[in-house]
Amino acid sequence: MGVLVHENFEFIVQGITGREALNFTRECLQYGSKIVGGVTPGRGGREVYGVPVYDTVREITAKRKVDGSVITVPAAFAADAALEAIDAGIKLLVIITEGIPRRDASMLIEYATLHGARVIGPNCLGVIIPDVCRFGSLGGPAVDCRKAFKPGIVGVMSRSGGMTTEICNALSAAGLGESTAISVGGDPVIGSTYSELMPLFEADPATKAVVIYSEPGGSSEAELARWAKENESRLPIVAFVAGRFMDEMPGMSFGHAGTVVDKKVDSPADKIRRMREAGISVADDIGDIPRLVKERLAGAGA
Amino acid sequence: MRFYESETKKLIARHGVGVPKSGVARTPADAERLAGELGAPVVLKAQMLAYGKARSDTVRTAATPADAAKVAAELLALDDGGRKPAGVLVEKRPAATGEWSLAFTYDGTAKKPVMIGAAEPGNVEDIADRDPSKVVRRHFSALVPFSDYLAKEMVVALGAKSPDVPKMTAAVSRLAQLFLRYDLTQLDVFSLGRLEDGSFVAIDARSDMEVEGRPRQKAILAELGIAEDDRRLVREPTPFEIEAAKIDAEDPRGVAGPVVEFDGNIGLVIGAGGGSLTLTDAVRRVGGRPANYAALGGNPSVRKAQRLTKLILSKPGVKQIAVMSNVVSNTRADLVARGVIKGVIEAGLDPAKTIAIFRVPGAWEADAAKILEKYGVEYCDRTVSISEAAKRAVDKIGR
Amino acid sequence: MAMFIRVDVDQAVIRKTPGLAAKLAESCPVKIFKAAGDGVDLVEDALDECTLCDLCMQASPEGVKVVKLYEG
Ligand code: SF4
Repeated sequence: MGVLVHENFEFIVQGITGREALNFTRECLQYGSKIVGGVTPGRGGREVYGVPVYDTVREITAKRKVDGSVITVPAAFAADAALEAIDAGIKLLVIITEGIPRRDASMLIEYATLHGARVIGPNCLGVIIPDVCRFGSLGGPAVDCRKAFKPGIVGVMSRSGGMTTEICNALSAAGLGESTAISVGGDPVIGSTYSELMPLFEADPATKAVVIYSEPGGSSEAELARWAKENESRLPIVAFVAGRFMDEMPGMSFGHAGTVVDKKVDSPADKIRRMREAGISVADDIGDIPRLVKERLAGAGA
Repeated sequence: MRFYESETKKLIARHGVGVPKSGVARTPADAERLAGELGAPVVLKAQMLAYGKARSDTVRTAATPADAAKVAAELLALDDGGRKPAGVLVEKRPAATGEWSLAFTYDGTAKKPVMIGAAEPGNVEDIADRDPSKVVRRHFSALVPFSDYLAKEMVVALGAKSPDVPKMTAAVSRLAQLFLRYDLTQLDVFSLGRLEDGSFVAIDARSDMEVEGRPRQKAILAELGIAEDDRRLVREPTPFEIEAAKIDAEDPRGVAGPVVEFDGNIGLVIGAGGGSLTLTDAVRRVGGRPANYAALGGNPSVRKAQRLTKLILSKPGVKQIAVMSNVVSNTRADLVARGVIKGVIEAGLDPAKTIAIFRVPGAWEADAAKILEKYGVEYCDRTVSISEAAKRAVDKIGR
Repeated sequence: MAMFIRVDVDQAVIRKTPGLAAKLAESCPVKIFKAAGDGVDLVEDALDECTLCDLCMQASPEGVKVVKLYEG
């Protein structure tokens, strides 16, 4: 099991002929993912690693079912690409593109919601169920990806794509493995927040615990804390908040676009307090995450 | 990107919402003249970008033009994150019969723009902190054009008297529209005042434009006279930081930045994004003092890593560096290894002694290992956690 | 000065195949080859940028050899 994607998940790549897209398309194919088409206007009729390229999304959806799309077009065209995919009936979008203004992000997410589609990202690397389906560019080359991600019991959500791999690597090394890992995106406005994804993990029999990687900025940790208090979740949650040094530097942005301490709710100290109050274990040291997960699992079983 | 209050008010006035009569003084003499023209008493506001300055320090009143000159001299001498203020906004403060506060921003939970208001002047966030019941929140849409009724419901909820509703609605609606139109991430009107004649005026205001929105906001930025390279950081970049930004800009492959200077002794060449946040914390957690924050990501060229390394080693007090990253996927460990070793050698130092630790697991790590072995550099793989690597670096370089 | 990568080129082999020099110049992602007549010049400054993509050696298995100076 796992969430969002599955063994027969078939997706397309919008912007498939870009430098990074070429890379992860090949990596996904090597990993065993089913990429059924790509879109780059002006390049219709070509092939990329055996994947046919079209000018429009509809040319693909007219012929076959498409479960998802990875969007990697430049920021100025990203909203347009997302609307195209949504109108063509695609229900799950991973938007890798960085630097999309939040007005556009908010606009396209509202449009997706009205059409029953879900957005992961922007500014994310996507979703992976280890050894089953990789939807996006998590983990790099297939051999490295297999080293870091192993099938297992932890649902992982992370605002940083790179740290998704780092944390999963540690969970895999500790013998826990991952049920599904989701890079949710580092922007201030993203399509799916922790608390919106929690019910999916809650309903997934493979998931026995959840690990969250978070950063300064935004209210999604406060929202997760509220969710945890209001719902009697069967899943223990372990969180880590990076960027504690930023508390001393209000107004400066580090790491990701959404990472800034401006308001009180942005600050790591505030996030940690709220999450702990809601019964979420917060690791002070990134290396403690696997141990805390094991402790919480043992506690839950007792 | 933060606007000065004078600029925010130009945006507001451009959209048909009243603002106080004002002028920007660059010198005390300017301020004296403006105070004379506007008619004392006047309010003087230092035009600053830095966060966290007490309002009582940056906003003052002057009873006479001579007084205005004196106050302006003091305000112009304030420190604004390493700069001087960009001038003093001299305003004739209108007499208000009622005041409200408003804020427009994005709500990451609802993923929509939101307007927040209270029936008293001030910072709405602070008012909400003190007493949430005083605050009215209303989401709007970035998809559907802003509709006046949203503003109308807001002003009614904020206790506007019925005869005032049309004009106040128009003011709030225009503010919401300009918030969207100019890609603002935050628009605060600390005081929206109702004047004797029933009109509404934005008395105190502040706004931020999204950096990512700048490319499509060139026209308005030009109109405000803001140069493309005016980054409007809350703290003036140091020469070290400016040099780092140059290194990044000269080569499109990968990113090296932002680079921020601290006053410690441990040079950091670290992976980008969340990895850099985690690593900086990890170094500090074990008592280390980073000399800088850096983020080397994407797939940087060897030269970029080389120049960044050399720059960090040029900082007084930095004798050693730690090269660390989360498990990388598109950044290549071998190219980073080549770059940092070249940078160290170019700085006239020995890689084996200068690179305290190299932990960049992931893509091409086997080649990286061979390179590091040849130069005698201590390295570790993914079995050594970020925290452990940081600890080893700090133990070696010293606290 | 290159510290990590050496590229050995057999100019005689390159000259034998028309268009090979141009192809090498075009296919190397970090522009290590510069066509010079029928042969190629190496851009010394770019050698250490080599990504080991092997495109040059695929283009001319006989004429080009990329050597990792940090091996052996
Ligand atoms: S291996 Fe690739 S990068 Fe290196 S010289 Fe050959 S073509 Fe250029």
